[in-house]
Amino acid sequence: MKLDEAKLYHKIDAVVVGAGLAGLRAALEIARNGFQVAVISKVYPTRSHSGAAQGGIAAALANVKEDSLDLHMFDTIKGGDYLGDQDVIEFFISEAVKTVYEFENMGVPFSRTEDGRINQRDFGGHSSPRACFSADITGHVLLHTLYEQCVKQHVHFFNEFQVFSLLIENDSCKGVVAWDIRNGGMHTFHSKSVLLATGGYGRAYKITSNAHANTGDALALILECGLPLEDMEFVQFHPTGLYKHGILLSEAARGEGAYILNDKGERFMKNYAATKMELGPRDVVSRAEQTEINEGRGIGGKDYVYLDLRHIGKERIMERLPQVYDLALNYLKVDAIKEPIPIQPTAHYSMGGIPANVRTEVIKDAKGSIIKGLYTAGEASCLSVHGANRLGTNSLQDAATFGRIAGISMSQFVRDNKFENLPANPQDAALKKVSTFMNGTGKERHSVIRALLQNGMTKLAGVFRTEEDMLKLRVLVKELQERFKNVTIDDKGNSYNMDLIEAFEVSNLLSFSETIVEGAIARKESRGAHYRNDYPKRDDENWLRHTLAWQTEKGVVLDHSKEVIIFRDRYAPQERKY
Amino acid sequence: MAKVKLNVKVLRYNPDTDKKPYWKTYELETEDDVTILDVLNEIHWNIDGTLAYRRSCRSAICGSCAMKVNGRNVLACETGLHQFNSHKLKIEPLPGFKIIKDLVVDLDEFFAKLERILPYLILKKPTPDKEFLQSPQDFDKIQEAAMCILCGSCTSSCPSLWANEDYLGPAALLKAYRFIFDSRDDGTDERLDIINDRNGIWRCHTIFNCMEACPKDIKITEYLSRLKVKATENSI
Ligand SMILES: Cc1cc2nc3c(=O)[nH]c(=O)nc-3n(C[C@H](O)[C@H](O)[C@H](O)COP(=O)(O)OP(=O)(O)OC[C@H]3O[C@@H](n4cnc5c(N)ncnc54)[C@H](O)[C@@H]3O)c2cc1C
Ligand code: SF4
Repeated sequence: MKLDEAKLYHKIDAVVVGAGLAGLRAALEIARNGFQVAVISKVYPTRSHSGAAQGGIAAALANVKEDSLDLHMFDTIKGGDYLGDQDVIEFFISEAVKTVYEFENMGVPFSRTEDGRINQRDFGGHSSPRACFSADITGHVLLHTLYEQCVKQHVHFFNEFQVFSLLIENDSCKGVVAWDIRNGGMHTFHSKSVLLATGGYGRAYKITSNAHANTGDALALILECGLPLEDMEFVQFHPTGLYKHGILLSEAARGEGAYILNDKGERFMKNYAATKMELGPRDVVSRAEQTEINEGRGIGGKDYVYLDLRHIGKERIMERLPQVYDLALNYLKVDAIKEPIPIQPTAHYSMGGIPANVRTEVIKDAKGSIIKGLYTAGEASCLSVHGANRLGTNSLQDAATFGRIAGISMSQFVRDNKFENLPANPQDAALKKVSTFMNGTGKERHSVIRALLQNGMTKLAGVFRTEEDMLKLRVLVKELQERFKNVTIDDKGNSYNMDLIEAFEVSNLLSFSETIVEGAIARKESRGAHYRNDYPKRDDENWLRHTLAWQTEKGVVLDHSKEVIIFRDRYAPQERKY
Repeated sequence: MAKVKLNVKVLRYNPDTDKKPYWKTYELETEDDVTILDVLNEIHWNIDGTLAYRRSCRSAICGSCAMKVNGRNVLACETGLHQFNSHKLKIEPLPGFKIIKDLVVDLDEFFAKLERILPYLILKKPTPDKEFLQSPQDFDKIQEAAMCILCGSCTSSCPSLWANEDYLGPAALLKAYRFIFDSRDDGTDERLDIINDRNGIWRCHTIFNCMEACPKDIKITEYLSRLKVKATENSI
């Protein structure tokens, strides 16, 4: 079927929002099952942030060394500091191996072992070499292969379309409304089922490894519909972000033996993780760096430390870490063979997101009641596989596996259900957003407000958190939300109006950030990526619970009654030591 | 790190209001360790919100921000100011494509050409229970070609394409190479039929512009030459 793009109304069985690993894998499944599917993405599919993943995708293939599903499961639970739901994790692990073989059979060029099988390498927190990889461009080849398969299945793409609102009425989703970025114009997508796969929310932070596109749009739209988000306070910080830019220097650098140094030239990890040193888990190393910086031992007293590769030697650097070398040279003019590279912790992965069950159906309360026809997968979702801290390489696996599951669930739903009528005036909410920005008369710039928000989030709800800081942040966010009402944009045109879409994105950041702050204030313990100086211990007695957060007229409302699913006989919580 | 004064000329065009593209100059001050993308962001965020360009990952892997800076096709995100001798910048959209607005070009044709070479693994054998076996040597044959980020720089810089817009162009042909030389693929004949054409592989005159333009340093011309050999062998 060829849809008429000139028309502003489209009726399609299934709509997938987002063309990263999660969205494309779902679309492929639906198309293979013979249903109509449209993928809406604000960037061209191959530009989705999944392509930036370097390290690998986790599955216990045991191609290089002994491994087991049970071990993968244990590592995931422990890595997540026991906040992950173990029934979901068990299902996830049981599907992971299949997901990787499927990728290979679709054409993914994986690096190979001598005997021709998929090669695997070590990765932080995994107790066996489990990361299936393709040199240092794993996410890129997975994303391109999925795109190719979708082309083969004639999936219909609406590229550079941005979803501005969800059509949900009486606990049932009837479609979405999206802005045509290239030409202007609002389109209504009337569908039986919708998948939200819009990726992470790292852009709420100033220093982040995330793409410009990772603004958590769907999360804000969920809140707008009166639905909750889950565990938003859990944001992972990666220790090796390139100074100022935040972009990622691969974990491989530490794997190859890089040192991390403070202003005195000291390998300070000896004071924080004496055995593992630089190879400690991400949250531990990030906190160590931040402590050094906070206590004045950053380089020249500034907010960065050094990643030192020099002792590794030119030959090995060029052979094993070419990307790291290029990034330092191209961005900072630092020749890593001769000089250390300035780094700082960078906001990297969003554990929280849109709550859903194991079938990827979006849920609306702690009891697990569902919204009919609405699904979510990938980094935008919270199922919760990763708990309080995601292990590297588990997230590509999560996006792909639950993308496939979403495709299966949606196909069934589409087969068994009829189209429902659209709500009256479906475009009103979306059009109002556009006209507010276009016709505004205030003097505020969205870019200024965004910068203030991002600064505040990085400083006050970053690697370290305290009640005192976050109360300040609460006030700041409120203030910025007020100021945002006076935003006007320069560009009043229809064609490729970047000003408009950025204003929309900043409004989204301002909206869901509130749930990060409130979740973090309420959670009076330290677990995984959430570290409270004023409550430095994990508290299993009171906090083996998820956070659900709603936005209401009276502010954010929290519910902590959703208990973590734990198989006490097999994976009872233990101290997380490395 | 020090402050520098920049003089930035940007080729602007808005289809709703302008008959043709024109140069607009911005004067601004930035740190000297910023990238071209940072410069554009600074203009867009703080000086002139009407400026349009594509960008996303910031780490040279999504391929959005290919553009021409001081005469060279580059990715704006990975190009530091320090790579130029002067503080005068001239920024324009990738040549050879229709301009949508400012630095944003129309890539529909670029992606349509890619689709023509059947850009997916074609299998005529049953799939195994696990993975297809592929030797590291066979993987090496396709690894570099699989690195292509579809940024369009090569295609934009190709004189053969400027002369004949029906030519498939380097990026699509490189994709054909990536599958034809994949030991698992069974679609060689179909693909060779498509590229063994006067608008296919034979329009490549080994001018090497594409290789120079490629931000991923892919040896495109070399792979296209291997394709030519393969096409010749197949037609004998
Ligand atoms: C630098 C980096 C390296 C990483 N390395 C690894 C690794 O080695 N292994 C690993 O497992 N994980 C890694 N991760 C994490 C992993 O890449 C992501 O979690 C995963 O790719 C997310 O996939 P996704 O499909 O959920 O979202 P994405 O790939 O981010 O896709 C989101 C999609 O949503 C679309 N979208 C968003 N908002 C809208 C809207 N309003 N309207 C329309 N479309 C919209 C976007 O256009 C995009 O297509 C890394 C992450 C980063 C940042
Ligand atoms: S071959 Fe190089 S220049 Fe051409 S599209 Fe691919 S990455 Fe860009």
